[in-house]
Amino acid sequence: MRMRNLLFAWILALCLASVFVGTTDVMASEQKNLILATTTSTQDTGLLDVLNPIFEKKTGFFVKTIAVGSGQAMAMGAKGEADVLLVHSPAAEKKFMSEGNGVNRMLVMHNDFIIVGPPSDPAGIKGMKSASEAFKQIAAKGAVFMSRGDNSGTNAKEKDVWKAAGINPEGQIWYQQTGLGMGQTLNVSAEKKTYTLADRGTYLSLKKNLGMDILVEGDKVLLNIYHVIEVNPAKWSKVNTHGAKAFAEFMVSKEVQDIISTFGVDKYGSPLFFPDAGKPEFE
Amino acid sequence: MDLILEGIKKAIWLLITLDPEVLGITWLSLKVSGLATFISLFIGISTGTLVALTRFPGRRIVVSLINTGMGVPPVVVGLFVSIFLWRNGPFGMLELLYTPTAIIIAQAVIATPIVAGISLASIQKLPEALRLQILALGATRIQMIWMLIKEARLPLLAAVMAGFGGVISEVGASIMVGGNIKGYTRVLTTATVMETGRGNFDVAIALGVILLFFTFCINAILTSIQQRERPR
Repeated sequence: MRMRNLLFAWILALCLASVFVGTTDVMASEQKNLILATTTSTQDTGLLDVLNPIFEKKTGFFVKTIAVGSGQAMAMGAKGEADVLLVHSPAAEKKFMSEGNGVNRMLVMHNDFIIVGPPSDPAGIKGMKSASEAFKQIAAKGAVFMSRGDNSGTNAKEKDVWKAAGINPEGQIWYQQTGLGMGQTLNVSAEKKTYTLADRGTYLSLKKNLGMDILVEGDKVLLNIYHVIEVNPAKWSKVNTHGAKAFAEFMVSKEVQDIISTFGVDKYGSPLFFPDAGKPEFE
Repeated sequence: MDLILEGIKKAIWLLITLDPEVLGITWLSLKVSGLATFISLFIGISTGTLVALTRFPGRRIVVSLINTGMGVPPVVVGLFVSIFLWRNGPFGMLELLYTPTAIIIAQAVIATPIVAGISLASIQKLPEALRLQILALGATRIQMIWMLIKEARLPLLAAVMAGFGGVISEVGASIMVGGNIKGYTRVLTTATVMETGRGNFDVAIALGVILLFFTFCINAILTSIQQRERPR
């Protein structure tokens, strides 16, 4: 039928038009796109909003920052769907490296995790020196604890502390899981007046609206360490190797490390991250 | 309560001062959802009309599928579209993942069944006698179909508005296939989620207000076309 042909022609024309509109810039730039899979904490603090434009200007790569949890970031890397990772889940990262999914894992920076909760502190953990002891107390008092439950770096650290405390919180009524990023989990936690584990950076950037206090800090186990990992090009041919390498070197360069050391000072009074490139590994 | 007022004030402020980032996000939202609705308009109305006017074996099943398609969760569409567009997926070589085009594709997939389903129902509702009368007066097939579409203008525009409303407000698929990349694939809905996550509630509400405002404007225009009296 003539009508059907006409309609199909229209549809085809439109589809082609839109595909071209969308991809003209992509097609002209072979491997200009760099997919960076990173954590929600690096995005929520705004650090990457500062660093990415500098990198893009310097190298001409277009950084596509996909902020998911460290777990998902590494899953993407393992499938070759990302070029470079900026994550903070050391145990999972080591497994990632041992499975041959990444090359050139480099230490970038750290900050620390803190246990935060309502000012009323029903479990009475304020000022405790040991994170695992604090967790034990929370469990003993049955005080509600909000977990991210999303295999992120923060979630992994939280599970480590539960393990050190010898407690399995899964299934307990006082243990709730949001499955959301750090910022959102802090908001939910503040609303419901529960305890949670947060990285200092995200906490500080949300602090004014939260109404939650820092209750436990400083325990060595609460160190939050960020590494940059390039996805293994030998495993996945479509990986943007040049871009990944450039980004990794950029993150450990003196210029960036200096930016990191002062990031957040003007707004929060203390830096959100501490630069560590080139230093020996923490463990 | 005053947080909402703060949000509205911020929305007006952002628009008046022509804040470049907000304007960019708004324009991208309208472009992406507009194009997606446009595509779904063509595919949806033509499919719906075709199925409404022809009898073929298995027609009932096709109609059921279209109606089911109206209720498919957008997030599921997003998941499947991203699987198709992954680098190592079937369409990976097009490098469409995390681009505005990917969002347009996902939104078109979401909107098309909505437009098709409502078009199907509205064309089918037209009296059979009308179709025969138009043909009897010497119209060609194309003229007949065009006249039927004009006759069903009311519900068909409702279909377009339903499709547009469905995609301009969509967030799950847009995050999955778009990646919420600043200045590139960040639209009003994904930006609202992000700003809420960052605790910037006034900005989040402002973006929501802007989204509502523009959606209202567009629907007002479409409604005025829809409700126009037929010239006698």
